[in-house]
Parts: sequence; structure tokens; C-alpha cells
Amino acid sequence: MSGTVTITVDGREIETREGRTILQACDEAGVWIPRLCAHPELSVYGSCRVCTCLVDGRAAAACVQPVRHGMVVESDSERVNELRRTIVELLFVEGNHFCMVCEKSGDCELQALAYRLGITHPRFAYMFPERPVDAGHPDLMLDHDRCVMCGRCVRAAAELDGKPELGFLGRGIHRRVGADGGAGLAGTALRGDDRVATICPTGALLRKRVGYRTPYGRRRFDHAPIGSAAAAGDGEER
Amino acid sequence: MSGSTRRLVIEPVTRVEGHGKVTILLDERQRVREARLHIVEFRGFERFVQGRPFWEVPVLVQRLCGICPVSHHLAASKAMDRIAGVDRLSPTAEKIRRLMHMGQIFQSHALHFFHLASPDLLFGFDADPSVRNVIGVARHHPELARQGVLMRKFGQEVIRATGGKRVHAIVAVPGGVNRSLDPADRERLRAEVPRMMTWAEDAVALARDYTLEHLEQLEEFGSFPSNHLGLVTADGDLELYDGLLRAIGEDGATLFDGVQNERYAELLAEEVRPWSYMKFPFIRSLGPERGWYRVGPLARLNVCRRIPTPRAEQARRAFFDALGGAPCHVTMAYHWARMIETLHAIEQIERLLDDPDIVGDDLLREGERRDEAVGVIEAPRGTLFHHYRVDANDQVVMANLIVSTTSNNEPMNRAVRQVAERHLAGRTEIDDGLLNHVEVAIRAYDPCLSCATHALGRMPLEVELRGADGALLDRRTRD
Repeated sequence: MSGTVTITVDGREIETREGRTILQACDEAGVWIPRLCAHPELSVYGSCRVCTCLVDGRAAAACVQPVRHGMVVESDSERVNELRRTIVELLFVEGNHFCMVCEKSGDCELQALAYRLGITHPRFAYMFPERPVDAGHPDLMLDHDRCVMCGRCVRAAAELDGKPELGFLGRGIHRRVGADGGAGLAGTALRGDDRVATICPTGALLRKRVGYRTPYGRRRFDHAPIGSAAAAGDGEER
Repeated sequence: MSGSTRRLVIEPVTRVEGHGKVTILLDERQRVREARLHIVEFRGFERFVQGRPFWEVPVLVQRLCGICPVSHHLAASKAMDRIAGVDRLSPTAEKIRRLMHMGQIFQSHALHFFHLASPDLLFGFDADPSVRNVIGVARHHPELARQGVLMRKFGQEVIRATGGKRVHAIVAVPGGVNRSLDPADRERLRAEVPRMMTWAEDAVALARDYTLEHLEQLEEFGSFPSNHLGLVTADGDLELYDGLLRAIGEDGATLFDGVQNERYAELLAEEVRPWSYMKFPFIRSLGPERGWYRVGPLARLNVCRRIPTPRAEQARRAFFDALGGAPCHVTMAYHWARMIETLHAIEQIERLLDDPDIVGDDLLREGERRDEAVGVIEAPRGTLFHHYRVDANDQVVMANLIVSTTSNNEPMNRAVRQVAERHLAGRTEIDDGLLNHVEVAIRAYDPCLSCATHALGRMPLEVELRGADGALLDRRTRD
């Protein structure tokens, strides 16, 4: 039985247990911290850094930082949110995110984070990369334009569906999600009803032929900003 | 400057969407040899839908236009229904789409007539442009301006109630719709119908009285005999959502009839001319010289035998009784025809709102995937063609769009030429009168040139006058 520890988040004392990450502790306490790569069904990963907090004055990713008794966390402050805004803006400019026509619009965590963080336009120049669409699979499609390299699909395929068939290919700015050694999704055993098919936070990995079936007004973020469900005690945004 | 062609340029054209430039070419004797309406933007939707998944296309292509996105949304959806293997939608799905379409016709026609065209009609073509605009209408005819604004708003509310947003709404998905009408919206819209019906009838009367009072002038203004094309039902009734293609010649004789949408390319071809991004469609059997045709409200009234709603049918009969029978070739009669369709749209909206299917929950059908499909619809400004091929990966590999304005390209050029010829009468300067008349002629067809080249922007007018050697003689612009 691990011991009880107390941390302070934005001035509020949270009692939790040793071994928890800051993000887990906060989710359990109903304190929402923005995130993209973190997902309650998946192992911790720490790639997107959207959950960055100031921990005892130093920047750290809440999803991988374990709690320690007496830890002081600054999360929902202007200077921390400014860091997060910058990260999210960089994600927008390095891909091709055309929300106005994307089937994930209103249901997209990246878009919802931008709204929640008050991003109206990026301060950085768009990179407009040329990235192909992998549409060879009968029921799944991977639109690399919208991928933010969060690795949720890579982990979900391996950890939830038992099909460790996705990975990362390339390095640096050329890094991308790949399947079947780069040949594409068609050669994998992944299926449209696998958990991986619906775990992407953006519109990168999609189930085919079902887009736009949820009307305006019934999409995830049509009525409440991202984080509202978590604030009510539900750890996951779904 | 003798011994060569001279050129007049009008740029930009105002109170239309997009950016228009007109070049008038004169011959050696200073007569108008040719008029060219240049649409200078290029958007290239046909290219950049390639590679996109087919179910995304109805949402993507509606970004062509801020005035009639619904038309593109529905034309593409009709094509994608067939790609998805669905030939017949559920009654609820079809009626929801029809309701949305009628809302679109109603709001777009109201915008065209009240906001963009009525200043010319109310104040005269040559009135001071500082008065001859929508603000002038609001000041001098406040009740009319109010009706125009509220009619447009009602049409947009129909679109919002069906598709969730007033502009760039989404309701159609391949094989059906994603929602039906909320009963509260149904009640709210239904309560507005009587007032809209009255105002639409008033607008028909206004357009009629204007046309008949000025008939002598209008018969000469940018008018010419032409072929006409539109959708009709198997019985020949006016049909704006899902009909068969019918074309008539300038004498009213049928050129083709009962043509399934998929066969459009057998009957129509497009010519490219080096000075415009907009193509020139024509009826194949007649060739590019004689095969050009008109589309839109006037053409639709000319090709149909009947309007299947009583008030609009009565108005249609009055229209042809007053104008000497079908076909009517008077360009400015487009406005009257447009208001008759507005009346038809509100009659259809009333029927659809009273139909129990409109709140039904049978939304989607499925079928066996196909590789190629065509969707044709009557957009507010005329027949709109969407044609796609989709590969085994569900990605679009070919798209061809013929938008209404493209079909009216040659007629608009003819109208401008005719107006310029009469106005210039040997002179080589562009005055306000010429600018005004050119704008009025274009506006009869279309306030919206942007989608024709799939372009974006305002539509100011520039007119250039060029001599026989191509030298610029005069140039006037209006923002």
C-alpha cells in the first residue's frame, strides 16, 4: 500500500497516493489539466507537453511527473497557459489543419484546446508540409496532415487491441506514424472496430465513411469547452 | 488609332460577388467588335478535391461560395449518394434536403433582388451611385428594405434549422442526412410562413410592375434570343432539387428532354478561351457558336411546362401572358422570374413543414459502392453540375464542376456587348452611363462571379476600352 501524499495545485491541497502522476492526481481530484497525448486507457508517454505545469517553479509535463509530498504545482495561471498556447500553436503550424472542412471539427481535442486556450490565430508561420494520405485500408484512413505525433494510436494498437503494428518512421520534422514498415495501413491486421480507430485526438486516424454523421449541436465540444467533463469528475474527454 | 481594334475596360464591377473586369474591343470604325467579361480569380476546387475522401467532398466544395454553399453541398451530396450506392433516399432525408434547398433559393433570391438589384430598379440605371445602393433603398423605401432583410433572414433560418448553421451548414451525408427537423424549429418557421408568403407575392408584383412599366426599354436592354436549359420533372414541371435535363432552342423547340443527370457530358461540352479562367459551355449538337444557352430563373420558367405550386403557377401564367408567351428572351425579366421562384420556394417550404416526414428519424440508406457519379441541382442562379470519380481507396480522382455562372458566361458577354454597343454609339470614352449599364446587365444574371472560377473576393468592376490594335483607349474603375 503506497503512502498518502499531499500536493498543492493552484493553491488547492490535493491528497493523493505515491506513484501517481500529477495528471492522474489532478484528474481524480477533478482538477483539469490540458493534454493531448495522455489518455486514461494508455501508458504514460509525455510527448506533446501540452500538460506542462510549473512544478516547484520548474516546467514539467504533468502526465509523466510523479507526485511528491509537499509539491507545489502551478497549472491554470496566465504564464503556464501561455506556454501551452505556444505549444498548441506550434502543432497547428507544423501540420495542415483545415478545421472548416475537417470531419473531426467540433469533436477534435486539438481544436477544442485552441478554443479553450483562446488561440485565434498562430503567431508563427505555417509550414504547409506535403504529407500524403494513407487511404489504402478498407475501413481506416490516416491523414498525416492532421497528425500531431501524440502516439495515442501507436500505443492503443499495441496496448488495447494487441496489435503492435503502428510505429514511428523517420526523424525530426520528417517523423510520421507508419504501419507495415511504411507500406501503410492496408497491410496491418487493424480493423475499423478496433479501439485504435477512435482514439486519435485530431482527425488523423479515422474510420472511413462515417464522417459528418453527427450534426452541429451534438458534437463533443459544441456546448462546453474541453475540460468541462473532467472538471465534473470524469477523467477523460471523450 | 485607325486601322485596328480599340479596347474599353470597365473594372471593377460592383454589387456582385467576386471581382469583375470588362474589356470592350472596338473595330476600325469604332463599333463594338466584342465584349469580354473577365473573371480573374482562380480557385481550383476541381484540383484540390483530388485525393480527398468522397464523404468529405460535400463539406469541402461548399466553401466555393458564401451565398449559395447549400447548392454545392447538395449537388455534391447527390453525387456522393450514388457513389455510396444509394439511388433513393429515405423520405425524411429527401425532404430535409429539399427544405434546406428551398431555404437557400428563398434567401439567395431575396439577397439578389432586394440587396443587389433593387437599387437599379427603384432609382433607375443612371441614378447617382451614391443613392443607387442598398443604403439608398433603406433610406427611401424603408419598408421594402426591411422585407428584403427579413426574407433573407427567414431563408437563412430554414438553412440553420436543417443544417445547424446559416452559412456552411452541414446536413447531407452520402446516403442521407445527419438529422431531421427539430419540432420547435418547425413550429417557429411555420408561424413565419404567412408573412413571407405575402411579401413574396408583393415582390412578384413589384418585379412585374417594374418590368411592364419599362418593357419597351427592357426589351432592348441586353436582350437576345438564346437556348435555355434547366431541370424539370418527367411531366415537365419546374423541379429545383432532382429533375431531368431539358433544353429548348430560341424558338421554344425542344433540343433535348428527359435526360438523366449522368448523361450531361454527352450533351454538353465546355470551350476554353485564353482570356478567361471561366469556361464556355455549349450544347454539343449545336456547336460552340450556336450551342450556348442560358440558365437560371428565366431559363427555368422557359423550359418548364408548369410550376407545381398554385400561387407561383398563377404568377408564371401572368408572366408569359404579359410577355408574349414562352420562351421569353428579355434579360431583365430574370428579376421577375426570380421573384416567381421565390414565391414557389415559400409555397414548397410551407408544404414541407406540414409534412410529418420532416421530423422523422429514418435518416440514412446504404448501398454498394460505385466509382463514378453525377449530381445536378438547380442552384439559385441556374443548373449546377458536379461530377466525380472515386477510386477503390475512397479517394476522389476526378472532379468536374459546371456552375450556373459558367453556363451564363456567353450570355453575360452578349449582354455586355449589346449594352455597350448601344451606349457607345461610336464614342471611345467610358462614362458613368456605360459603367452603370454594364453592371445592371451582369447583375440580371448573377451577383456572384466568384464561384464560377471558384474564386474568392469582392466584385468591384473595371472596364477597359481597347482599339483595333489592342491599345488602351480608356479605363474606368468603380469599387
